[in-house]
Amino acid sequence: MTVSGPQSSQPNPGRSPDRPPHWWREESLRPMIVACLTLSAAVGVFGVSFGVGSVAAGASVLQTCVISLVVFTGASQFSAVSVIGAGGSIGSALGGALLLAARNGVYGMAMSRRLDGGLGRRILAAQLTIDETTAMAVAQPTRREQQIAFWLTGGALYACWNLGTLIGALAGSAIDPETYGLDVAFPAGFIAMIWPLLSRVEARLAAIVGAAVCLLAVPFTPVGVPILLSVIGVLVGLRPPRTGGESPVEIRS
Amino acid sequence: MTWTLIVLLAAGAYAFKFTGLVLIGARTLPPVFERCLALIPAAVISALIVKDTLTSGQEIVLDARAAGIAVAMIAAWRRAPLIVVIVIGAAMTAVVRQVS
Repeated sequence: MTVSGPQSSQPNPGRSPDRPPHWWREESLRPMIVACLTLSAAVGVFGVSFGVGSVAAGASVLQTCVISLVVFTGASQFSAVSVIGAGGSIGSALGGALLLAARNGVYGMAMSRRLDGGLGRRILAAQLTIDETTAMAVAQPTRREQQIAFWLTGGALYACWNLGTLIGALAGSAIDPETYGLDVAFPAGFIAMIWPLLSRVEARLAAIVGAAVCLLAVPFTPVGVPILLSVIGVLVGLRPPRTGGESPVEIRS
Repeated sequence: MTWTLIVLLAAGAYAFKFTGLVLIGARTLPPVFERCLALIPAAVISALIVKDTLTSGQEIVLDARAAGIAVAMIAAWRRAPLIVVIVIGAAMTAVVRQVS
């Protein structure tokens, strides 16, 4: 069910027989490789933010690190820890987090036709199927580059995300997070996460509805439930989009 | 945070990934379904921002966090990098907390 660190932090796209062994030496692939690694390093900063926020919300350093290792889907982790930290029930924390995890299923469908390999490799690929790996893969022109981008981003991002989480959790437990305003590490991270999505009108409407539903529900429902109710915002999508060319994958910075 | 939640969350999150990549595979969903799924992050994350910024338990409160998040939103709007958005938001929250 879960993936061990060393195994997945060392993706090995060179293993496939139809690929030359030294793909990383190819000049033409260099911009893509740099983009994958840069994105992974940037996501490491999110990992630090998760680590700090998670211990600030009451999780131990060990729990925080295990969450990043086994759950490995950022927004869901942030959501679950945030709801539990505020005093929500396990059910509402899980519900909100799984709503955010559902899109990985769609990414999986998009990756399914782009990845080679048998069941064993797909079981590993599934754990790495998230926003960033899918976005980097589908942006590549050829099937071979799509696979390299997927595995390279997946491995580097898994390493950076977990290293960032560890650094953040250790730093967050060494200082008083509230003194340094670090209790806003989560909402500020959410701002950075959601901002690139808001270029689309439908997403802006969904965000406004979600925020409004949450605010209205807070005084009347148990902690965490407003987050579940905010999913009403997706009904904006029932209307056909005004403009064509909609991308099935959101790329977040 | 309980280990029960961590185990359930890991299993649930992996189940979605596995279902899409391995069980369903390269099939397409109805467009309206895909559109709604694509809007989940916008709707739910904005609710999380509201919850983490403006509420304490079941109460709606306005405190130092609102100032920090307002500044973070301006930073995001000005296309500042992630780390700047977080550091500026935290710094503003800390300063307002000190002076109030």
